Amino acid sequence: MELLAAGFVYLAAAVIAVPLANRLGLGSVLGYLIAGVIIGPLLGVVGQEATEVQHFAEFGVVMMLFLVGLELQPSQLWAMRYQLAGLGGLQVVLSTVAIGGVAWCFGLAWQGALALGMILALSSTAIVLQTLHEKGLMTTHGGQSAFSVLLTQDIAVIPMLALMPLLAVTGASQGHEGSQAAHGDTEASTHGQLAHLFSTLPDWLQVVVILAVIGGIILAGRLLMRPLLRFIAQSGLREIFTAAALLLVIGIALLMSLVGLSPALGTFLAGVVLSDSEYRHELESDVEPFKGLLLGLFFITVGATIDVGLLMSEATAVVSIALGLLLLKGSILFALASLFGLRGANRWLFALGLAQAGEFAFVLFAFATSSGVLDDEITRIMTLAVALTMLMTPLLFILFEKVLAPRAQQSSTGESPKIDQRESIVVAGMGRFGQIVARLLTSRGHEVTILDHDPETIEHLARIGFRVYYGDATRPDLLESAGLPSASLLIAALDDRDKQTRLVEQVANRWPHVTVLARAHDRHHVYELEKAGAHHVERETFESALHLGGEALTVLGEHPFAARKATNRFRQHDLQSLDELRAAWAEEGVSGRYIDAMRAQHGMLAQVMQSDRKDDALSRSERGWTPPPDGDATQ
Amino acid sequence: MKVLVYLAHPRPDRSEVNATLFRQASNAGHVTSVDLYATYPSMDIDIDAEQRRLVEHDVIVFQHPFYWYSCPALLKEWIDLVLEYGFAYGPQGQALKGKQVMHVISCGAARHAYTQEGYKGVTVPELLRPFKATWQLCQVEWLPPLVLFDAGRAEADGRLDEHCQDYRALLDLLHHTPLDAAQLSRHALFNDYLSDTPFDTSHETSSAASLASSPSFHSPRGRN
Repeated sequence: MELLAAGFVYLAAAVIAVPLANRLGLGSVLGYLIAGVIIGPLLGVVGQEATEVQHFAEFGVVMMLFLVGLELQPSQLWAMRYQLAGLGGLQVVLSTVAIGGVAWCFGLAWQGALALGMILALSSTAIVLQTLHEKGLMTTHGGQSAFSVLLTQDIAVIPMLALMPLLAVTGASQGHEGSQAAHGDTEASTHGQLAHLFSTLPDWLQVVVILAVIGGIILAGRLLMRPLLRFIAQSGLREIFTAAALLLVIGIALLMSLVGLSPALGTFLAGVVLSDSEYRHELESDVEPFKGLLLGLFFITVGATIDVGLLMSEATAVVSIALGLLLLKGSILFALASLFGLRGANRWLFALGLAQAGEFAFVLFAFATSSGVLDDEITRIMTLAVALTMLMTPLLFILFEKVLAPRAQQSSTGESPKIDQRESIVVAGMGRFGQIVARLLTSRGHEVTILDHDPETIEHLARIGFRVYYGDATRPDLLESAGLPSASLLIAALDDRDKQTRLVEQVANRWPHVTVLARAHDRHHVYELEKAGAHHVERETFESALHLGGEALTVLGEHPFAARKATNRFRQHDLQSLDELRAAWAEEGVSGRYIDAMRAQHGMLAQVMQSDRKDDALSRSERGWTPPPDGDATQ
Repeated sequence: MKVLVYLAHPRPDRSEVNATLFRQASNAGHVTSVDLYATYPSMDIDIDAEQRRLVEHDVIVFQHPFYWYSCPALLKEWIDLVLEYGFAYGPQGQALKGKQVMHVISCGAARHAYTQEGYKGVTVPELLRPFKATWQLCQVEWLPPLVLFDAGRAEADGRLDEHCQDYRALLDLLHHTPLDAAQLSRHALFNDYLSDTPFDTSHETSSAASLASSPSFHSPRGRN
């Protein structure tokens, strides 16, 4: 199929199916899968190329891990080390043994059974993480444990890839024609080819290169990336920043593939390294849409590549394998969850969420077939079963959400510390106004997230110790990753008048629970911002100008306290007129009527301000501290 | 003796008495004069600076209108903040020990109103008891207050000039010679002490000198 036509079909399927699935409460993943089933097996619009598209779309997983890394600070990762090694390691080993054992009982050679066990022990990072994020379960104890297991599995892919050919050497005695046929097969994926190139190096050199690459990523992330991103940010071209973000992810993925490591693992590492940089939120927002689309595409291809013919002829076998796999993995996960102190809803989330087999199975099946560990027929049935378990996962999540979680609510005790602790105050714009507000807030011990688009300001503030992130604060996606959804307060202090109004409008519409305190440029901007939904508006120059005016009165010879009183009175009158002119402005803007009203207010102001002249014996406008008339203090 | 005069008046521009009196104090040369409302228009008192000022002086004069039988708000704020525990009172609070304090106030009503029989039914010294107690706790000697009664008519009656001269003489006196608080305490008001001394009738001469030589006054040096 032609590229444009294919694109049209995929996008159309997604655009129709995903919102529908979401509306029905099935989640976007199931929506994509259904879309795939419809355009693939059901309508037959897409066919062979779906597998190729799938390889391309697998890159979504790589991006997703980059994003996960960005949200994880190194210290948090270190705090998870026992979960990674214990929970994750045990899950991989136990599942491999159990699944392999069952396969062996069904008459598979031990090499094939072991390979099958390893492949099916892995779960679907794409589906699970996407669903956890979507449902906001990432921060629960169960979600966090699931994440650490997925991370371990990702690491485990490396030894599995290394082990597969070894199993083949001994398993080759079975004499499958597949092993010869697969030699030049492009199915073995680019990953395999590049790894092959690397594997011609001597062993010790391989180790050195791997260590050098990992060290290089960490060092470059620490020392090189920040100045580089800063340089790019200074150009002010947003698309170039996006390009740089993609370049970074693709570059690392390529590098990792070259040395035979998982690209997802590499970008995850890069993400962690960059997680405490000021460009974190901007990188996140830039990569996010690509990740979303690619993952969606990936899910569609999973649906589209289901072999209906085979499914029909082998229905009983495929379905029972899929169900058996879910049950077996689910039981092991449930037992491990109990062992590691997960209780109630969290235990169910963990067990049901990870019970499926994952997208790595597709890659590994291809690899295993090409190296002759597994024969073609088994792989075809197994691939189908894997796809089926993935299809069922969203349903399991729904089961969890609708049935198990509400019931377990009472028994689950306090949630463990969250992976991503977000601050509840966001300051947008760290110019001369926002800076003062942020400094006052932090001086009182409040944590603030600061957004600014000037690399120099960011650099400067970061040196002082502020947590500042680069980005255009009017972008909803950046606001989202900066934590607006969970924030309680936004200080809107952008220099650009129109951008400021747009920012307030967006936040007020999307996150009505956030209190918006906004800085206005002038009187009319106050009205605009109020209309946009700000809760409190302050003119940026108003208070400081009043202050200077009071100073001027003192210099002109007025008593400082009298000057203070005069500025207070001026403020009071001005705020009053601000209220009184609001209606006139809202009706017709700066019209003749508005200007008339303004002129009247100005006249009144002069009266009010000058009424405390000494000759004006007992003016009502001058309250307090006034001696009684003619010294009469009641005789 | 180093004399410190605090003026506490929120509207010196509307004041006939206190502004004039304060001008006397400011012109006295040997007196440190501080306009509290001008120094702290937003009421944020610099406690350290004020305490330093107190330590550097021997006699503190508070000049203020007798607002509601008390002082204007800022002076009360000043008292609340500056007379800290550990500085002005408490086991370590000896900073003000042995200093002297005096209130110079202006009242709207005539003197006879501030008597047992008068319509207020209470005297000015009685009303000043909280201040006296405050300063006693700080081990500061209390001198009887100098009061201008019927202040609203003082200028019209020609009493303001007279009072100004008394005030100026008082400041000179405080500067040149330590006063005997015990002896002064026999007088309810400093006004009475002045009328008992020849100083009261001899404004033309150097009042300080005349007062120092008056029989009712004893300098510590003289007693030794």
